[in-house]
Amino acid sequence: MSSFWSIWITVLSLGTLVGCYLLLRWCLKNFAGVPEGESMGHEFDGIEELNNPLPKWWSTFFLVTIIWGFGYLLLYPGLGNWAGLLGWKSSNQGIVSLEESKQLSAASLAEGSGILNQYDREVQQADEKYGPIFKALSARDIEDIAKDEEALKIGQRLFLQNCAQCHGSDARGTTGFPDLTDNDWLYGGKPADIKYSLIHGRVAQGMMAWKSALGGEQGVKEMAAYVLSLSGREHNAEDAAKAAPKFAMCAACHGSEGQGSVAMGIPLGAPALNDNIWLYGGSQRAIEETIRNGRAGVMPAWLDILGEDKIHVISAYVYSLSNK
Amino acid sequence: MENNIENKHEKVEKHVGWFFIFTIMAISIGGLVEITPLFFQKETTTPVTNLRPYTALEMEGRDIYIREGCNVCHSQMIRPFRAETERYGHYSVAGEHVWEHPFLWGSKRTGPDLARVGGRYSDDWHRAHLIDPRSVVPESNMPAFKWLAENKLDGKLTAKKLETFNLLTRNRGHKDEQGNSIPLYSAEDIANAKSDVEGKTEMDAIIAYLQSLGHALK
Repeated sequence: MSSFWSIWITVLSLGTLVGCYLLLRWCLKNFAGVPEGESMGHEFDGIEELNNPLPKWWSTFFLVTIIWGFGYLLLYPGLGNWAGLLGWKSSNQGIVSLEESKQLSAASLAEGSGILNQYDREVQQADEKYGPIFKALSARDIEDIAKDEEALKIGQRLFLQNCAQCHGSDARGTTGFPDLTDNDWLYGGKPADIKYSLIHGRVAQGMMAWKSALGGEQGVKEMAAYVLSLSGREHNAEDAAKAAPKFAMCAACHGSEGQGSVAMGIPLGAPALNDNIWLYGGSQRAIEETIRNGRAGVMPAWLDILGEDKIHVISAYVYSLSNK
Repeated sequence: MENNIENKHEKVEKHVGWFFIFTIMAISIGGLVEITPLFFQKETTTPVTNLRPYTALEMEGRDIYIREGCNVCHSQMIRPFRAETERYGHYSVAGEHVWEHPFLWGSKRTGPDLARVGGRYSDDWHRAHLIDPRSVVPESNMPAFKWLAENKLDGKLTAKKLETFNLLTRNRGHKDEQGNSIPLYSAEDIANAKSDVEGKTEMDAIIAYLQSLGHALK
C-alpha cells in the first residue's frame, strides 16, 4: 500500500476514535441551562422530562470501547501498512497464482517468520493431525484397505462429499452416471484402473452420432433392435437381422459380440452391450437415442482437488463396493 | 423556552441541515477507510496470471446466471477457512474478480459455493442437474430450470455485451505479450460474437459459464 493511502487510513481511523472521545466529553457537559435532575420545563400527559445526564455505566462503556479500539489497532493490522504487534493476518493477500500462494504459505509458516497467518496455521494443524492417517493408508494396497472397515468409513465419507453428486450416495449411479457396485466397468475395475480414473479422470472416446452412417431413422431403429438382441432382450427380430451386418462398424469399440472395450483390453470406455447393464437406458427408445445422437461421458480429474492420498482411500472404497 | 436558545445539543438535534451533514459524515467514514483505498491497491486491481476474459458463450451464460438469480442461493466466494477450502478449493482472491461487472460473490448459500465449480462435474451432469436436480441429487432443493434447454440464443446483444465489458474494464490489467494494455475483447472477438452463440441453447451457455468458474486459480 502506498504511504498516501496508509496515512489516509491511519488518520481517518485514529481521528474517528479521538472524535468519538471528544463527542462523548461534549455530550457529558450540561448545555441545557437547567441544573441536573431538574425539569426541562415541559410535560406531556403528566410526564415531565428531566435534565438527566447520560448514565454513568453507559458513558464508561463508551470510553472502554474507545480504549479497546486503540488496543486492537496496536495489536492487529488496521492502520494502513502497520502489521500489528502480533503479526496476525487472516490469509495471504494479493495472490496472482497457485504457486505464489504456496510460496507465501511456506514463508509464513517458516520458523521465525513472525507472521501468524490464521488460515495457513489452521491448514498446517489439520495436516499434522490427518496427514499421517492418510499417509499410512496410502502406503497400503487398495485390496488391503478394502477389507478394513475403519478405513472404508473414511473412504465413504470422502465419497459422499465428492462423488455422490453423480454416482449417488449409494454409489449405484443413475442414467448417464455409472453404477459402481455392479462390478461392470467402463475402464476396468482393478484397483489401479479405479485409481487412474480418479486421478486423471476419463473422457469417453466418444460414441459418435450414427444416424447418417446407418442410413437415417430406420437404420437407427434396426440397430437398436440388434443391440437389444445381444443381451437377449425382447426385440424385433426382423429389424435386428437387417442391422446385423452393419454391427461391424460398432464392433471396433464394442467388440464383435458386444463384449465391450474392457473385455477387449483397450481403455476406450465402450460399454459391454451383451450384459443387460445400461448406462443410458436399455429400452428400444433409449438405445435409439444413444445411437442417433451419440454419447460422451466425462469423469472429471480429481488429483488437484483431493490429492493422491485421499484418492487412494476413495479408490479402496469404490473397489470394496463390488469386491466384498 | 428561552433557556433552550442556548442549548447547543438542540442546535444539532432540531436543525435538519446540520443533522443531515453530521450523519453523512459519520456514516461515510467507514467507506472512506475500508472501500476507497481498495480502488487503488495493486493487490485488488491486478488480475491473477491465468485470468482470461469470458468467451462470448460464457458471457451469455453469465447473463442467464444473473437472470435466473443463481447468485441468490449460490455464492462465488470461498473464504479462507480450511472447512471451506477442503470442500471448494483455494480461497477466492481479489485478482480473480477484477473484470467482473457486477461481481457475483453473493451473500447466501442455500446451495454450495460455485467459485470453483468449473471442471468438477461433466457437462452431462450439469445438463441433467439443471433440467431436474433431483435426478442426480435426490436431496436437492434446487428448482428445475427446464426452459434453458429449449430457449435458443439469438446473439443479438452479444457483441454489445462484449463492448460494454471493454468499456467497464478499461486499463484493468489486460495486457498483450509485450505488456501493453489492451481491451478485453478484440475487434475480431466482437465481430464473431453473434456467430459464436447463434443456435446454441441457454443451457449450452450457462454450462459453458459454470465450467469456466475458477479457471484462473487452478
